[in-house]
Amino acid sequence: MDQSTATVLENRFAAPGVYRLRIEAPALARAARPGQFLMLRVGQTLDPLLRRPFSIHAVHGSMTVDILYRVVGKGTNMLTTLRSGEGLDIVGPLGCGFSWREESPSLLVAGGMGIAPLFFLAQIIAQNGAGDKTSALIGARNKTELLCAEELRTMGLQVEVVTEDGSAGKRGLVTDLITNRVAASRPVIYSCGPYPMLHAVASLAMQYGLSCQVSLESFMACGLGACLGCVAEMRSGDLVRVCKEGPVFDAYEVAWK
Amino acid sequence: MKKTRPDLSIRIGLLRLQNPVLTASGTFGYGQEYAGLLDLNRLGGIIVKGLSLNPRPGNMPPRTVETPCGLLNAIGLQNVGVENFIADKLPFLRNLSVPVIVNILGQDIKEYRKLAERLSNVEGIAALEVNISCPNVKKGGVVFGTDYKAAARVARAVRAATRLPIIIKLSPNVTDVVSIARAVEEAGADSISLINTLTGMAIDVEARRPKLHNVTGGLSGPAIKPIALRMVWQVAGAVNIPVIGCGGIMTAADALEFLIAGASAVQVGTANFVNPKATMEIISGIEEYLVRHNLKDIKSLVGSLIL
Ligand SMILES: Cc1cc2nc3c(=O)[nH]c(=O)nc-3n(C[C@H](O)[C@H](O)[C@H](O)COP(=O)(O)OP(=O)(O)OC[C@H]3O[C@@H](n4cnc5c(N)ncnc54)[C@H](O)[C@@H]3O)c2cc1C
Ligand SMILES: Cc1cc2nc3c(=O)[nH]c(=O)nc-3n(C[C@H](O)[C@H](O)[C@H](O)COP(=O)(O)O)c2cc1C
Ligand code: FES
Repeated sequence: MDQSTATVLENRFAAPGVYRLRIEAPALARAARPGQFLMLRVGQTLDPLLRRPFSIHAVHGSMTVDILYRVVGKGTNMLTTLRSGEGLDIVGPLGCGFSWREESPSLLVAGGMGIAPLFFLAQIIAQNGAGDKTSALIGARNKTELLCAEELRTMGLQVEVVTEDGSAGKRGLVTDLITNRVAASRPVIYSCGPYPMLHAVASLAMQYGLSCQVSLESFMACGLGACLGCVAEMRSGDLVRVCKEGPVFDAYEVAWK
Repeated sequence: MKKTRPDLSIRIGLLRLQNPVLTASGTFGYGQEYAGLLDLNRLGGIIVKGLSLNPRPGNMPPRTVETPCGLLNAIGLQNVGVENFIADKLPFLRNLSVPVIVNILGQDIKEYRKLAERLSNVEGIAALEVNISCPNVKKGGVVFGTDYKAAARVARAVRAATRLPIIIKLSPNVTDVVSIARAVEEAGADSISLINTLTGMAIDVEARRPKLHNVTGGLSGPAIKPIALRMVWQVAGAVNIPVIGCGGIMTAADALEFLIAGASAVQVGTANFVNPKATMEIISGIEEYLVRHNLKDIKSLVGSLIL
């Protein structure tokens, strides 16, 4: 973990309202693990005041790191104005990411922007030659919001797509596909997406007795475990810090509501 | 001619700080959280997250929300409790060369006293900061900080229970902060720190629900700086013990405002989240200012406001 200024290499349109930010950050590229995140200072202003958390989306070689972000408000709007050559103040890598279980086949389940951290996990799996033992289920609202499916196919993963409006792949929700997938093999599930989707994925995993890791989101002020703001409730009754003990949790430990 | 560096050290009662920059309670964890990001030994001191006698789970999430130039929090004083602090957190802090100040909170006077006694009997604690001003808990906290008689009772009980220097942390959620400051001074406080957060709220208009589970929370950050500065100036002019200023300090210039207003030291809070190196930049910035203004020490700056 470090606080440093990275150089922006590119900040490109990826899909409507979604950008891919590429930065030169060698120390980060070396240290980053899938599922970990960064706290970005989106500007030098006092409003927005706080840093914003973003997953590490991809690492290329030992030099560059990608972030995939959706524009939702003030901070992400400011991010879109970054140009190549500019500096960006980053704290990271932070949190506990996915722990890839090499011995079992993997099933990646992404909803919307949930693909952001799962793509990095897919990169690591593919680099380790396990791409063909890995499936990715990607859900999006419609065809234009569908992200990374082709890239994952190129990496050798089996990819299935669903959209809510049926404009690409099957029509429906990403969770509809899980049952078919788990019948044959008994994969470990790695999932990221909106809370209701994660809840559904976790329920299915428990129903089939499969291992399942989920990446949770929470409003983060510090990202460092200091403010105690980002807590999520666990089945044990404990309130644990998403930024420090997570963001990736064992689905069985989370108190789903 | 070689210039001697200005003297940044300052005394807060019996407590000697190498520079006037402390970390505010609840914004720096137990120190270790920031160890990889800055040199903790350069700090004036570390004030740790508020401790109660028993561990507290805190409030349900969402606990934080950002507002323009500010942060609302309703953590509800989640903490590991005094015994776990001594066993698990203090060993790391003891290895540092800077004073460690423990912020304490009780549900009643007895609990404040017990905490003070317990913490006096362990090595490695330089002072106690007594939080009588947390707006996010129903029992204790702010109920003691908004009434000058109750505030004095807490101060007297803690005074009787420990020989450690005691800093009483005041709430801004009052109409007359000066009377409370005077009452705790008279009750034996070595120092006063202010301000804690201001009670506020934020609403999600689409859902018509409060953004915090607790409905209200404590506002911190740059948005509260003018209020904090005014209160520090009022209190510093009314008491004879040193005052420690806190509230919205992001930069050296902000810290200097508090020192000039009469604070002998400052606490940096929310800024640690935004810029983990904020305290380091503030310390160097204060030093540069002293050099630029030909001041040999911090003391010549404290309370130097020209009216
Ligand atoms: C560990 C972690 C990893 C994340 N990774 C990514 C990522 O890879 N790509 C990506 O696009 N987003 C990611 N997010 C969400 C991202 O942090 C928020 O979208 C961003 O902070 C919004 O900032 P803003 O200033 O634009 O929005 P604001 O102006 O602050 O708010 C606008 C809207 O966004 C919503 N929002 C604000 N903060 C969050 C949050 N922390 N989580 C969810 N919704 C929020 C608010 O409810 C509000 O309606 C991640 C969040 C976490 C906690
Ligand atoms: C997340 C958070 C937790 C806090 N916890 C405590 C606490 O445990 N005890 C305490 O006395 N003050 C606590 N405070 C108040 C701060 O110490 C400080 O008084 C306040 O934030 C104003 O300073 P700032 O604007 O620099 O943050 C907390 C503040 C924040 C933001
Ligand atoms: S964001 Fe501060 S503890 Fe997690």
